[in-house]
Amino acid sequence: MKFSIERGALLKAVSQAQSVVERRNTIPILANVLIEAEGEQVQFRATDLDIEVVDKTLAQVERAGSTTVSAMTLHEIVRKLPDGALVSLTADSAAGRLTVEAGRSNFSLATLPREDFPVMASSDYQTNFSVAAAVLRRLFDKSKFAISTEETRYYLNGVYMHVAESDGGKVLRCVATDGHRLARIDADLPEGAGDMPGVIVPRKTVGEMRKLLEDDELMIAVSVSETKVRFATPDVTLTSKVIDGTFPDYTRVIPQGNTRRLEVDAAEFARAVDRVATVSSERSRAVKLQLEEDRLILSVNAPDSGAAEEELAVAYSDESLEIGFNAKYLLEISSQVDRENAVFMFNSAGDPTLMREGNDQSAIYVVMPMRV
Amino acid sequence: MPALCRDCLIQLETERRCPACGSPRILAHPELFGLSIAHMDCDAFYASVEKRDDPSLADKPVIIGGGKRGVVSTACYVARIRGVRSAMPMFQALKLCPDAVIIRPRMQAYVEASRAIRALMEELTPAIEPLSLDEAFLDLTGTERLHGAPPAVMLAKLIKRMHDELGLTGSIGLSHNKFLAKVASDLDKPRGFSVIGAAETDAFLADKPVGLIWGVGQATRSSLENAGIRTFTDLLRWEQSALTARFGSMGYRLWHLARGQDKRRISAHEPMKSISNETTFFEDTNDPDILDGHLWRMAEKVSDRAKAKQLAGRVVTLKLKRADHSGLTRRLSLRDATQLADTIYRTARNLFDQVGDQGPYRLLGCGLSDLCSEVDADKSGDLLDPGATKRSEAERATDAIRQKFGSEAILKGRALR
Repeated sequence: MKFSIERGALLKAVSQAQSVVERRNTIPILANVLIEAEGEQVQFRATDLDIEVVDKTLAQVERAGSTTVSAMTLHEIVRKLPDGALVSLTADSAAGRLTVEAGRSNFSLATLPREDFPVMASSDYQTNFSVAAAVLRRLFDKSKFAISTEETRYYLNGVYMHVAESDGGKVLRCVATDGHRLARIDADLPEGAGDMPGVIVPRKTVGEMRKLLEDDELMIAVSVSETKVRFATPDVTLTSKVIDGTFPDYTRVIPQGNTRRLEVDAAEFARAVDRVATVSSERSRAVKLQLEEDRLILSVNAPDSGAAEEELAVAYSDESLEIGFNAKYLLEISSQVDRENAVFMFNSAGDPTLMREGNDQSAIYVVMPMRV
Repeated sequence: MPALCRDCLIQLETERRCPACGSPRILAHPELFGLSIAHMDCDAFYASVEKRDDPSLADKPVIIGGGKRGVVSTACYVARIRGVRSAMPMFQALKLCPDAVIIRPRMQAYVEASRAIRALMEELTPAIEPLSLDEAFLDLTGTERLHGAPPAVMLAKLIKRMHDELGLTGSIGLSHNKFLAKVASDLDKPRGFSVIGAAETDAFLADKPVGLIWGVGQATRSSLENAGIRTFTDLLRWEQSALTARFGSMGYRLWHLARGQDKRRISAHEPMKSISNETTFFEDTNDPDILDGHLWRMAEKVSDRAKAKQLAGRVVTLKLKRADHSGLTRRLSLRDATQLADTIYRTARNLFDQVGDQGPYRLLGCGLSDLCSEVDADKSGDLLDPGATKRSEAERATDAIRQKFGSEAILKGRALR
């Protein structure tokens, strides 16, 4: 195998590959990227056995062939090469080496035979649809903060993507929760997605997929089966196993009867929460919200380190209420609000609180209060 | 040489018998009145309490321990003469001493006796570091002017009062640091009083085996032996850096101990690092219901102790020992610290379900670590487990009922399994 490629194109493909590769690996071949050159195209493939990414790019192929080489080392080399350099890669299968040349730099890397490289079994995708990158980005960006890291409830370690019934008909919905907060984000149902099985997309996949979504207009081809999900752009195909588990019935978690309505400028609210939380040194910083007519007092009282208080002008006309939250959770949900005011719907100091942006029902958040 | 009568507590120069009371129990040592770090160890504590409470046992061999397959917890000195040792399996002890009176431990009585001893010790010094119910370090440095007598006299008086007022006996080790005080208390049991002075330290340690060091058990001993270290003299041949390189922080400690140096202070307030409880079953079992019952009771005990100390923890540990004595432990970090029996039980139960080992088991334990104040614990509920809040309220209510009517007043059904 021998081909030449521009450094920028190579870096893009290799960095996608090396981020899928697990850092700590006991199986040597899994640390490698499979490089296959044929026609005018070079393909870079990497996997951690749960996720597989294939990146295709154009190159001047002199001799077709394939090899595997350490993804991390290749990435480091390409990253350090000067911008605009032409890089040539030559595999010597007899010597088991891959030569990387650019300008006056020359590297010789150990390879492993391509036959050892595991290729993910293809799946029968029962649903295929296409959706704009911007839509997917919103669905996952607004929900991923709530993904759990708890090992025991492994089925919460991802975003539950499924078709749901909402007031306006069927929607494509993403839900994530860790038991303390929950995000439920809806988007218009893309054509052909109606019979999609609900799948839990693992945290790592969400992170890798996000890299495909930078270009708003780009249409992403999504394929879903009971066990796998695939996201593809013309250049990159990301295939991932989904979490084998049942996502809990989240609908009963979303409070329906909360009537005490607070409306507040989200950015101002977030800054105030951040400021008062500074005095607390606990691991979970609790912020107390005292609600009175059109007035919100945020306070933190940490006996060991100090106290803080800040008052905000808000819209609130219900009975006064005192309720506590983890400052981090408040910051995270209020930073999801980007267009309108944040609307909080409270019930009591012990019940889950709902937050949404204005009257927009397509993105709602639930957060559990905390004793203060 | 300075000396002291252990019966009438007068200070004298070496005599064969006390000129005042005629007692032969004279304690003489060149540094006797200059040393102030002591270790007090009760003699066959559990057995002594039983003998005190039931005088008919006085001259009988008494073994404290439980169950047909339990181990000897304490053997009185009569039983020890016959070869019975603590931690010996009960059947073996009975072979050696078939006429032994076996008594199930009455922890409540021992705790009370221990408290009474503690009260006596507190009259000597506030710097007391209890190691268990029946032993403690005492630092009497600087108390001579307060008591009007040197530490050795006050310690002899402590033992005398324990005997006269509580009917219990103990042994004292007096030296210039904790390590040597603990070694000393064991030299002349029962009713002993041993002194290791600074001048004689090196000579005393020279040919002693390293197993003398508290914390050097079988495993450490054999790895030391592999390095050719059996006695303190062997240890002295090693450079500090070489010992540290080979044995880590233990090596550093060994280097100092080999020279009779131990800088650890006697501290009454060593912060607690973990809370745990374990139980050895009467019979090995893999019955899930029985194990579940044990798990609940262990979780509840851990929780009770955490609540009593106003503590909570973030890490729950499950410990199991199989029939062949091989052990396994599993641990899980919680996001929020807890002190609730319900949460500890559910977490441990989860770990248990994931063990994937059929047993049978002989022991089960449960622990809580990464401790913090209860103020930071159990602050928020779980969206996906709305019952958790109710269960935690029920637990608090149960605690309140027990507070008022006793610990047996209300139980969970699974506690009876």
